[in-house]
Amino acid sequence: MSWQPVIGLEIHVQLATQSKIFSGASTHYGSEPNTQACPIDLGMPGVLPVLNEQVVRMALKFGQSIGAHISPYSTFARKNYFYPDLPKGYQISQYDQPLIEGGSINITTPEGDEKTVGITRAHLEEDAGKSIHDVFPDKTGVDLNRAGTPLLEIVTEPDIASAEEASNFMKTLRALVRYLDISDGNLQEGSLRCDANVSVKPKDSDRFGTRAEIKNVNSFRFVEKAINYEIERQIDVIENGGEVEQETRLYDPDKNETRTMRGKEEAMDYRYFPDPDLLPIKVDQPLLDEIMASLPELPWEKRHRFQSEYALSTYDANLLTQNKPAADYFESVLTMTSAQPKQVANWLNDEMAAALNKDHLTIEQCPISAEHLAGLLERVVDETISGKIAKEVFERMWNGEGDADTVIAQQGLKQISDSGELEGIIDEVIANHPQQVEQYQSGKTKVFGFFVGQVMKATQGKANPQQVNELLEKKLNG
Amino acid sequence: MHRLTLSELSRQLQNGDITSRQLTEHFLSRINQYDGNINSYTTATEQQALAQADHADRLLQQNQGGPLTGIPFAHKDIFCTEGIKTACGSKMLDNFVPPYDATVTHYLQQAGAVLLGKTNMDEFAMGSSNENSYYGPVSNPWDNQRVPGGSSGGSAAAVAAGLAPVATGTDTGGSIRQPAALCGVSGIKPTYGRVSRFGMIAFASSLDQGGVIGKTAECLARMLQPMAQPDGKDSTCFTQPPEDYLQTIERPMDNLTIGVPSEFFESDMEQGVTDCVNQAIEDLQSMGATVKSVSLPHTEAALSAYYIIAPAECSSNLARYDGVRYGHRCNEPQDLQDLYKRSRSEGLGDEVKRRIMTGTYALSAGYYDAYYLKAQKIRQLVKQDYVQAFNDVDCIVAPTTPATAFEQGEKTQDPVAMYLSDMFTIPVNLAGLPALSLPCGFNNGLPVGMQLIGTYFDEGRLLNIAHQYQQQTQWHQYFPEEYN
Repeated sequence: MSWQPVIGLEIHVQLATQSKIFSGASTHYGSEPNTQACPIDLGMPGVLPVLNEQVVRMALKFGQSIGAHISPYSTFARKNYFYPDLPKGYQISQYDQPLIEGGSINITTPEGDEKTVGITRAHLEEDAGKSIHDVFPDKTGVDLNRAGTPLLEIVTEPDIASAEEASNFMKTLRALVRYLDISDGNLQEGSLRCDANVSVKPKDSDRFGTRAEIKNVNSFRFVEKAINYEIERQIDVIENGGEVEQETRLYDPDKNETRTMRGKEEAMDYRYFPDPDLLPIKVDQPLLDEIMASLPELPWEKRHRFQSEYALSTYDANLLTQNKPAADYFESVLTMTSAQPKQVANWLNDEMAAALNKDHLTIEQCPISAEHLAGLLERVVDETISGKIAKEVFERMWNGEGDADTVIAQQGLKQISDSGELEGIIDEVIANHPQQVEQYQSGKTKVFGFFVGQVMKATQGKANPQQVNELLEKKLNG
Repeated sequence: MHRLTLSELSRQLQNGDITSRQLTEHFLSRINQYDGNINSYTTATEQQALAQADHADRLLQQNQGGPLTGIPFAHKDIFCTEGIKTACGSKMLDNFVPPYDATVTHYLQQAGAVLLGKTNMDEFAMGSSNENSYYGPVSNPWDNQRVPGGSSGGSAAAVAAGLAPVATGTDTGGSIRQPAALCGVSGIKPTYGRVSRFGMIAFASSLDQGGVIGKTAECLARMLQPMAQPDGKDSTCFTQPPEDYLQTIERPMDNLTIGVPSEFFESDMEQGVTDCVNQAIEDLQSMGATVKSVSLPHTEAALSAYYIIAPAECSSNLARYDGVRYGHRCNEPQDLQDLYKRSRSEGLGDEVKRRIMTGTYALSAGYYDAYYLKAQKIRQLVKQDYVQAFNDVDCIVAPTTPATAFEQGEKTQDPVAMYLSDMFTIPVNLAGLPALSLPCGFNNGLPVGMQLIGTYFDEGRLLNIAHQYQQQTQWHQYFPEEYN
């Protein structure tokens, strides 16, 4: 039996406004507990919510960027339940009249194809506080700093077909919200949260299977692992004659498994009704036009342009456009060097990425400016140094030894391209290794590499590799 | 001094004939002397009152006083007062001292009014007799075996007995108008959205409105002016400031057409009440008004719709009282469920629990459409009745209550009978319209109130009609013997 996974995602994006969605308290992350909760966030008697306009504008940017329908009239609803980190005993959310409906986001499948993932809806709501179970013995601490932080809840259509596609979707969404400057999209800090709805069906069937909801996946890696585990689990259950239960399951990253959290019978009745303390959100065409005009080039638009304008592969373009500062850095370097886009892309996606990663830096914190990287690449293009030496120069530049020319001069790293000088060295090497010459001339072509190595050793790696190859060949083949 | 209206008091203060301190001490001493019988106050704020009075006197001496400077008032204990206990008639908030003022509190303080104390009320504004208070029932100053009405029973009784010259109240289904009528004083519930609800502890958010109880329409106007200012902290509060009510009330009552709703008079009513209200309508006619009959066909359905909508909203508004962050918390909670159950069971009274349960039911899955949604549709029909009526008439005149003050304990065993005492006031809240109750006679020695209902933001007209009526009649000048 061939199984097809069917996956839909529910993502909560924390919108990066200075103050909360319904109060003026700060949304700053990481402060001392309960120092950023005002009476409105605390649900004290008599307080009332007032909508933060910036929150709506940020949500509209998202809606416009994905081609969604923006409702000209949407309402807030109360979602009622009791929990200590929910101060009012209800969460202000949107229910039957959300702000955003429809739209889509394009992702790249693992096979490299382009695929469209539909968005069912996106709506505004407030975040709850945090329940902290591991600080006090026998008690749970409640930190309400987060209570009232604005969230955009995005629900996708069940268009996602694999765990890897899901992780690709999350990466694209993350890039999008960062491009739009509406969220820092940080999974670890919780400004981007993902729940996955997973079911399986026989490949030829039209009927969807029963789905389970997976919660607590807070990294791209865990998204993939959790979904893969769940797919296998469900297939297992069905193939052993059982039925998948509609339930909520928690992902445990230590054991790499999902466990039942809440069954269908315990499903909560939230008693939604329109919130009488808030007016409907009205969005008119001039506002929509203004937001549309303010949108930056979106990640997929940039990716397509990089592929067509710079002849980059999907893989390279993807990596470069994942965050806007990296893409901007790339294009900036391009304006200052005659190196080919592919070359620049390679440098950024390999050397640069590795160095940034190792030192835990972002591209904005990179110690080598775009101008200086361009300078380095220019020295490779004009053959002042070889590609191999360039890597050493890069490392020294990274450590603050100056720009490319400074490092090359100080370390004497210029490439030796003088054919006269090279011929002399080559002659010496050949003279010193008659045995290998004989081996080469009797058919062991692999020995060629030995001679190249010897020339490089004699020149501390500075010999121009192409010239060495040409000259060696000439001399050995006589 | 306790028989004087606000305009008389204000004049004397401005002229220096009396000081605010004298006035305040007078009321504080009367409270000490008489409130034991009435129980209209739950918290006295003597120190603050005197300090505020002294501050007001300084302003008055420098001729910097306004219409309310130095005027003492009683404040319904539903309005948060910073640093002063605000319990909303409930054990749940017996230990609650707000770190913020309600906007109404703030505006009145800015206007120079002097806070005498917080008044008793039905718990969380749920009740029509002030018998649902954690702090004990309030007595009607006209007959202390009888109820003053509710939920603003304390405020109405205080004004009626001369323990405050004016008081604030709130009205969700009649809680200003009904006690005003039963206590023989005037009371106004403004248009929904006229007065900010920030800091006014919520019962039913789409119905609650803050207002005033006082001796005359002029007192109401004077007090309502600062209360009705816009407030950005309440999203449902109107953004434009009100007209000058004290100017509006002086205009002649020209070309007035009043509507009398046939459905109201078809209900079960005390004959004496019907007689007084009919007489008042005749009085208005002789003052130049034209009387027309109007029909408000959905009046009967309004009561049922209200008793779904209000409890539904209340069940959600009162969910925050969980013993976690403030308010009553049970001793030694064993776990979360225990904390919730015992804190709420201990802290909340029976009527409140009754309405929370009713409201939760009405909103629950499978019942939402049949109850809550349907009730909201009926609400639209009720509103349309009035909008249509106001095409023909300027103001609707009706009884405020079907009967005069009933006895304490008479209806406590029968919640529905209690609910019926609000049948004339409730439709007005559903429609969000302004309404005013004023004394128009007595039946068996007990006060009778007449209700004026206006179209949206027409408070000025209602105050004007009431003021003009009170220039021609004396019902507002009667005062209970016992407290003279």
